[in-house]
Amino acid sequence: MTVRTHVIPDSGAKTPVPALEPLLFELARPGRNGRHVRTSETAEIPDEFKRKAPLRLPELTEPQVVRHYTHLAQLNYSVDTGMYPLGSCTMKYNPKVNDRVAGLFADVHPRQSYRTTQGVLALAYELEQMLAKITGMDFVSLQPQAGAQSEFTALLVFKAYHAKRGEAKQRKRIIVPDSAHGTNPASAAMCGYEVTTVKSDARGNVDLDALKGALGPDVAGFMLTNPNTLGLFEERVREVCDAVHAAGALVYGDGANMNALLGIARPGDLGFDCVHINVHKTFSTPHGAGGPGAGPLCVKAHLRPFLPKPWIIREADGLYHYDTAREDRAPAPQGDSIGTIKQRLGNFGVLARAYTYMKTLGEEGLVETGRDAILSANYLLALLRPAYDVAFERPPMHEFVLSALKQKKQGASALDISKALLDEGFHSPTVYFPLIVPEAMMIEPTETEPTETLDAFAAAMLRIAERVKTDPAAVRDAPRSTPLRRLDEVGAARKPVLRYKIDA
Amino acid sequence: MSAVPDDLRYSKEHEWVRLEGDTATIGITHFAQEQLGDVVFVELPEKSASVRQFASLGVVESVKAASDIYSPISGEVVERNVKVIEKPELVNTSPYEQGWLVKVKLADKGEINKLLSAEDYRAHIGETAGAGGD
Amino acid sequence: MGNNPYSPHTDTDRAAMLERVGVRDIDELLGAIPKDARHPKLGVGAGLSEMEVQAHLEGLAKMNTNAGDGPFFIGGSIQRRYIPAAVPVLALRGEFLTAYTPYQPEVSQGTLQAVFEYQSLMAELLAMDVVNSSMYDGGSATAEAAFMAVRVTGRHKVVVSTDVDFTYRRTLRTYGRGPGLEIVEVPTAKLASSAEGAACLIVQHPDAFGTLVGVRAIAEAAHAAGALCVQVTEPHACALLEPPGALGADIVVGEGQPLGITMSYGGPHLGIFACREALVRQMPGRIAGQTVDANGTRGFVNTLQTREQHIRREKATSNICTNEALAAITAAVYMSLLGPEGLRAAARAGVARAHALAKRLAALPGCTIANDGPFFDRFTLRTEMGGWDLRNALIARGIQVEVTASHFVAGRREGRDDIIVQCTELTTEADADALVDAVAQLSRSGETVVTR
Repeated sequence: MTVRTHVIPDSGAKTPVPALEPLLFELARPGRNGRHVRTSETAEIPDEFKRKAPLRLPELTEPQVVRHYTHLAQLNYSVDTGMYPLGSCTMKYNPKVNDRVAGLFADVHPRQSYRTTQGVLALAYELEQMLAKITGMDFVSLQPQAGAQSEFTALLVFKAYHAKRGEAKQRKRIIVPDSAHGTNPASAAMCGYEVTTVKSDARGNVDLDALKGALGPDVAGFMLTNPNTLGLFEERVREVCDAVHAAGALVYGDGANMNALLGIARPGDLGFDCVHINVHKTFSTPHGAGGPGAGPLCVKAHLRPFLPKPWIIREADGLYHYDTAREDRAPAPQGDSIGTIKQRLGNFGVLARAYTYMKTLGEEGLVETGRDAILSANYLLALLRPAYDVAFERPPMHEFVLSALKQKKQGASALDISKALLDEGFHSPTVYFPLIVPEAMMIEPTETEPTETLDAFAAAMLRIAERVKTDPAAVRDAPRSTPLRRLDEVGAARKPVLRYKIDA
Repeated sequence: MSAVPDDLRYSKEHEWVRLEGDTATIGITHFAQEQLGDVVFVELPEKSASVRQFASLGVVESVKAASDIYSPISGEVVERNVKVIEKPELVNTSPYEQGWLVKVKLADKGEINKLLSAEDYRAHIGETAGAGGD
Repeated sequence: MGNNPYSPHTDTDRAAMLERVGVRDIDELLGAIPKDARHPKLGVGAGLSEMEVQAHLEGLAKMNTNAGDGPFFIGGSIQRRYIPAAVPVLALRGEFLTAYTPYQPEVSQGTLQAVFEYQSLMAELLAMDVVNSSMYDGGSATAEAAFMAVRVTGRHKVVVSTDVDFTYRRTLRTYGRGPGLEIVEVPTAKLASSAEGAACLIVQHPDAFGTLVGVRAIAEAAHAAGALCVQVTEPHACALLEPPGALGADIVVGEGQPLGITMSYGGPHLGIFACREALVRQMPGRIAGQTVDANGTRGFVNTLQTREQHIRREKATSNICTNEALAAITAAVYMSLLGPEGLRAAARAGVARAHALAKRLAALPGCTIANDGPFFDRFTLRTEMGGWDLRNALIARGIQVEVTASHFVAGRREGRDDIIVQCTELTTEADADALVDAVAQLSRSGETVVTR
């Protein structure tokens, strides 16, 4: 099975260097214009403000633009094309009805009066409730636009919580496990915290003694992903949370791996004070080539006062409005809220998709999702164990980590294997993360891949393992059948070319 | 040039020092550049910046990693190697010669004693004793 | 089973998988989970068929008033603009929509070249050296610009004009709580004299009220004091106005939603972020760069990644990971369809209609245009009845405008009580007539709103 990368070169367009597809600027000719918007009106702008700098945007007609972007699309791998076994990304199928119904809310402006957006508020209110129920939390903020922004929001909430108790200055540290995703320490640093890392133990859990040693009255919080980036459920999770609480600190749940917990367990029952959700992972919203997503933050009641404002209020008669907005009722005070991360309700268009997915699946569907995700991962692991080293011995949940150390010694690294997989028609898993496993390959099939696809992926991985033994140079030379071979990332970083040079 | 020249002193964090009277030339070792991979960018302190022994004085970046450079000695920066800023690959191809990073006027000669000899550094990076050339 | 319509697994599949794993039930794999926490009842209700969920969402949507349902004058950073048919057809193709971050560039050249083209188009529009591949939105981009200025200058005071969009200032204040920045808000006229000891001066041009601002003098004052100049701007404005790069801005931020992206009640949108070349290593976010492959064929990769969280972790320039790449691609499609002529036409229409409308409104009794100087495509209208009352009375007549009374300074409502009127190429003569007639009636009748 090969990736379908059918490329039709644009006939006649010249590029200064061999290229798959000309750039817009190379396709442009002066006078090539469409007629999408026209006007004979003139704009009154005082001379000193008028644009004198040239505006050398490419001039193209619509047929050219359509062909160009169609060619570009054909160069892309996507979930609609094939499987992405990327660990902790949860690349499940993106249902099309979600896109369609999100479009029903396209022509609504966030600064419209609540009286004209009751549908938006009703959806958002119900979404908050569903997220709270699924995570075992009490209140939700829909403002954060991604997991990282949600982490930052939560840490600001932590800071405000401690400040309320007169302990903000003293509590300057955040602890993260050594398996943490890079956004965790980055968010902590953005929030003005120092970061302490604690190691994992031989079973892939947070080393409880190391954690206890790192805890103290100067700690504001501990950020934990559960199951962690090894795909393993924290075996002493309640003890971990208790230890953090005993030190007067809070436990942040990184919900990137929530797909494993749907209907299986709720972070709120395990001791977490809050958890963020990546709806573009767990709740099927499309990744859009790197974004957009949305990262709602779900918190226990004691953290509610600090959540970003405004909050949605539902009156007894079913009317929805915002608490701090000055409309036709007296606005509630800001109180202890940290302020606003994004006005109104974050990436509503993305959240509407997640809401639709949750309504489609319902309770039974969500539970089945968690179960199938875990079963698929364990099945795939069973198929791959004969050829690859497993990082940790106990059963994983929805993802697992292999080590390609054996293959590295035979002459091909995790990177080479990831490139060889492209030739086999699959997207590679996550490689070199988490940092604690050498030559790591983090694999998450998700619940929407048929068993025959899982079988085919495993067969490809086993074929590659064989090839590493017999002909590692061939693996190091991969990929050969993708639109481009390996790219010179060193050159790109040494002499960055970050835009088209128009005069060049 | 040997992978661990005998006439230099070394830090555990894989920096080397060449002493010339009051001035020390600093760089990163062959082992370090090998671990990093192709160097794409070097961030160096300005002239007359002061550096402290074992504190960070800059960063060496490859495509996939960024490593702090820890100063093996304390003092004042008297020269920075602008050539590695223009051609970072010099750190890979010539880590002890053209790939030098900064020259520092020593604050305290005694600090040298806290550094490793070539012998000790070889042991530190796991080379067998007596191994000299490439 | 069969409760998840998107999972292909039948009971036969599951049985085969369980057998291969060597367990009878997946519960055997859940031993690490505390028994009392396993298998919670979620309480979210039963699942729906696609037809049912479509009907349900349509029901919710009917409870909204769409912007296009009547004369619509709300705008600011988020605008109702004409989106060519080809934009969603191209930008929402499954190969873009359902692709992942291009970590394997060999199979992601569609994404990477489209993003590189976006960076190039936006750099030309803003007259800036480097543009990243997106931040979340204009507000967070503004906050991250302040953070970047703090990193570059080592100073912790950020001075921002009170004429910057109030939602941006709120986000900036909230973000500033992290590193404990001193955020000082001053009127635009006082920005230049407030540069001492600041990491940056943040100015919006055109400002939140539509007023044109002399950025050059502010940038010079910033530089003289060793501070950076951050300009918040709008893409259509840059088609007709001198762009930030020509005015001395060091960092440029703004909201790219008007470039072919739907309003969708506020998101997903497009955080524009640009800077001078010398500052690029301090810039947050992903950046696509040009290179070649092993055969010498041109290609594109995410570059300068050592700025980012997945490598630098706590020393990263930002924690941003997931961004708004699809929105950036959408904006590029829009800009390539419209071209310079179309972009200027759309901008001109907004400006012309705003000025014509303002003239008509200013002629009404008790009405004045309250901008501090010339304006672009939106203006503020002061009337005797006051902004809130006027806005609510207009809503009752099916006309939507925004109030400046929602503008805050340092967390408190201050001074102005006008309405803001935004025009774009979608504003029609009928819309303008409706607004003029309504305001005329309301000023004559002295009508006040009773919904308080």
